[in-house]
Amino acid sequence: MSLHDQIPNNVDLSHDRRLQKALESWQPKFLDWWREMGPEGFQEKDVYLRTAVSVDKNGWADYNYVKMPDYRWGIFLTPEEGERKVGFGDMVNTDSFDEVPGEFRNSLRRLIVTQGDTEPGSVEQQRTLGSCAPSLYDMRNLFQVNVEEGRHLWAMVYLLHRFFGRDGRDEADDMLERRSGNADKPRILEAFNQPIDDWLSFFCFTMFVDRDGKFQLATLAESGFSPMRRSCRFMLTEEAHHLYVGDTGIQRVVKRSAELTRESGGDPYSLGGIPLEIVQKYINYWVTYAMDLFGGEISSNAADFFAAGLKGRYNEAKKYTEHEVNSGEYEIPVVEGGKIVNRKVPMRNAMNELLRDEYLADSVSALKRWNKIIADEGVDFELTQPNKRFHRHQGQYAGHFFNNDGDLVSEDEYKACVAAALPTKEDRDLVKSLMQQVTEPGKVANWIAPPKKGIGDKDTDFEYVKL
Amino acid sequence: MQAIQSQELTAFQTSPDQYRHWNLKVDGPVARLTLNIQEEDDGPEYLLKQNSYDLFVDIELADAAQRLRFEHPEVKSLVFESGIPRVFCAGANIYMLGKSTHPFKVNFCKFTNETRLGLEDLSENSGVRTIAALNGTAAGGGYELALACDEIYLIDDGTSAVSFPEVPLLAVLPGTGGLTRLVDKRKVRRDRADIFCTVAEGLKGKRAKQWGLIDDFFPRTKWDEKIEAAAQAGAAASKRKSDWKGVALPALTPEYEGNRIRFEHVEVELDHEARSASITINGPGAKAPTNAADMHAAGAEFWALKAFRELDLALLYLRMDLPGINVVTLHTKGDVADVLRLDAALFENREDGFVREVLLNMSRVLRRLDLTAKSFYALIEPGSCFAGCLFELAVAADRSYMLVDDDEANTIALSPLNGGLLTMTHEKSRLENRFYGEPETLQAALESTGSAISGEDAEEQGLVTMALDDLDYEDEVRLAIEERASFSPDALTGMEASLRFPGAENCDSKIFGRLSAWQNWIFQRPNAVGPKGALTSYGQPTRPEFDFKRT
Repeated sequence: MSLHDQIPNNVDLSHDRRLQKALESWQPKFLDWWREMGPEGFQEKDVYLRTAVSVDKNGWADYNYVKMPDYRWGIFLTPEEGERKVGFGDMVNTDSFDEVPGEFRNSLRRLIVTQGDTEPGSVEQQRTLGSCAPSLYDMRNLFQVNVEEGRHLWAMVYLLHRFFGRDGRDEADDMLERRSGNADKPRILEAFNQPIDDWLSFFCFTMFVDRDGKFQLATLAESGFSPMRRSCRFMLTEEAHHLYVGDTGIQRVVKRSAELTRESGGDPYSLGGIPLEIVQKYINYWVTYAMDLFGGEISSNAADFFAAGLKGRYNEAKKYTEHEVNSGEYEIPVVEGGKIVNRKVPMRNAMNELLRDEYLADSVSALKRWNKIIADEGVDFELTQPNKRFHRHQGQYAGHFFNNDGDLVSEDEYKACVAAALPTKEDRDLVKSLMQQVTEPGKVANWIAPPKKGIGDKDTDFEYVKL
Repeated sequence: MQAIQSQELTAFQTSPDQYRHWNLKVDGPVARLTLNIQEEDDGPEYLLKQNSYDLFVDIELADAAQRLRFEHPEVKSLVFESGIPRVFCAGANIYMLGKSTHPFKVNFCKFTNETRLGLEDLSENSGVRTIAALNGTAAGGGYELALACDEIYLIDDGTSAVSFPEVPLLAVLPGTGGLTRLVDKRKVRRDRADIFCTVAEGLKGKRAKQWGLIDDFFPRTKWDEKIEAAAQAGAAASKRKSDWKGVALPALTPEYEGNRIRFEHVEVELDHEARSASITINGPGAKAPTNAADMHAAGAEFWALKAFRELDLALLYLRMDLPGINVVTLHTKGDVADVLRLDAALFENREDGFVREVLLNMSRVLRRLDLTAKSFYALIEPGSCFAGCLFELAVAADRSYMLVDDDEANTIALSPLNGGLLTMTHEKSRLENRFYGEPETLQAALESTGSAISGEDAEEQGLVTMALDDLDYEDEVRLAIEERASFSPDALTGMEASLRFPGAENCDSKIFGRLSAWQNWIFQRPNAVGPKGALTSYGQPTRPEFDFKRT
């Protein structure tokens, strides 16, 4: 079978010799990587997966049993009609570009590599979770997320292969060589080097870290560089499912924990549930890592990317009328002389912070829904968002000690705060002790509520993975 | 103009217990300098993020090198590393440069260049092998620091790189010799260097090694072991003499009085109105030690060390803090015979570990003078002692005027030190440099070593610019100074820098030449520092706009 038959695409692969040549060398390496670093122990199982085979209405969600290494990773760009203009920055309203302008070659490559590196990173982080999946339904969702992260890697590799020549090919190869959490060759961003070896972490990751992905992709989906804009648009449709997995996953955990809290009179673990305090700690942990992913609060890179028309604001076209942003300021609390002081920053330099705030507002709405579930069970507990300054490793607040109220504290106070607000080893051991594989169709583990509906047109008791 | 206040002068003096940005750790033959730059220390104007440096970081580095030379004869290899994760050093702080005046930028670059040349001197002449252990990205000046080392190793973690982002990001050049060292020292092929200097994020381990930008790369888990091995191997191969006890370098304690800065052996007097200053150096006196044991015992108080440390600091103040001074007259006070006696002793003991360092220090201070953008006139008057090492001042000067007195008591003299021990940046002695086209004159001058030479003979032999009798001397000198102070200081700087270094260049002299010619030009151009220039708009919301006409 020829390469372009194996690879569903709408980028005219059968006529693009440069792309063919690059993929002929890269695709076998990708498959080797998938076999080595993809889901452990399930490579030869039939999984009920969704595959994108074309960009039309019915083509992007084709459901069938597939063995993961045979998954048809494809390359798709969302079609666009008519002439497109650059939507923001210094070149607003000039023609958007179909090729990489030399001037932005390096910046664009860095953006794409940083985004692309996260995709295989998350697959590596999650590779052992299948062995303790709480249901076949969840197991299938895990694998769906994994193969689609793989496809997102393909989407970024397509951009590198198609537009960045030899350097692009080298970068694409490097993305298969780095390894999540490896001391020698770590993934670029720290959130993708943190272990995910229990399902609460997995749900938090897909809820909060993939949500960063959604916001990053959304800003790139505004880009003046057409192939990137169109590629990211298409990725967003898939990303929505990952967020759904995370959101409903935590929701089901919260529901079950609240039920067991009520039934046990306050000790859900005695009935095999996860205490809500621990759920809160996991949320704190992952939200703070996700906040790091947005980059420095005050960033000249962000200003450059905006000015160059490469990376816009969230919903740039829909939400804003003025797209140059040459004036206006954003107030950012910074540490100066041991105190927190509000500093006014030119709006373009505050683009990362703007996006972070959009993100936080988005995840707050989920917290509200989960809190309602807890309240409905009659349990007195409220999940909250961690403070923006607490437990940060990037940006203005990194290197300073903040408590979870956002106050500057001493190193000792900070350590106490970390012990109270982030998962301890005991917390993690407790969660892991509950992780038991459940493989009977329609059954779910005790620590999590069953899903409300199935996948595609199938019911929740469908055999999503044939073991 | 107010009298000089010490707090108005740049704090060039420091010591390891006062370092804020570097940590110097000596463990047997291996020293480690760990860079951990304190972001907020240097004023509210800018934050030193990502191990980016300013003048004060470099002052500590220069001091550390000096301590290793004098206080730690046991050290035979020196490892540079970063104390913060993932970044070795991001180079000079761009916000600091953006906010600096042009003269400050030039002096900053000059000082940092001298510090790096000093590191190369430390390796080549003092036998301390230097190893850049890049345990994170080294960008711009960070990589230039590495280039000044003998060996460069880069951590192979998939992200750390070496880079020169200056051209693509800032529209300036790597300002501390980076371009020259790439092609001259490491002999990186010029087309590869061309690509490297335009890719802002630089190159990582494999390609960087292939292109000769680094010597090797190691994974994180092997890193400590490999670097330790390199440090031990460097120390084992060193020929440094360690059979002497280190000499502590206490801070110099100048006094400030009106328009004078008074050290023990050196005095600077300023005349702001005349835009001139004088530097007077008192000779060693009759009691200076003449054998190695006494020189060691004198330690930091040894004239040959202390007087030149004082001269060094005086030159730094003149450059950095006294831009209004255009002409500097050089004077000496003492007995020619005392200098000759001391020089003979220094020459005889030149292979002694401590004496060697004293002579190397002398060389560096004299090179600092060669590279100072002021007009220097040596005034050789009765009671002076322009002999041997102090005669170097007269040959370093742009001109020398000698008073011919009736009893011919005013003399100069050469010592063995003038024969090639105190070289200029381009590796010539000052006399060779002076008589570039006259080998016979040079030969004759060297043959006169040890004998006192009076004014007329000195002029005849070409050793002074002009010898004048007392009827002409005073007026001639006054006019020469006044005339000089009236010229454009820019034209003078360019003229002097062009005339001071005849003959073939080497890597060191090219670094300074390129810096003066190109970087300082670019630093003035609108594409860098205009309202829409790249340095000006760095960190600002607007992108730079260039005038694309090529000059």
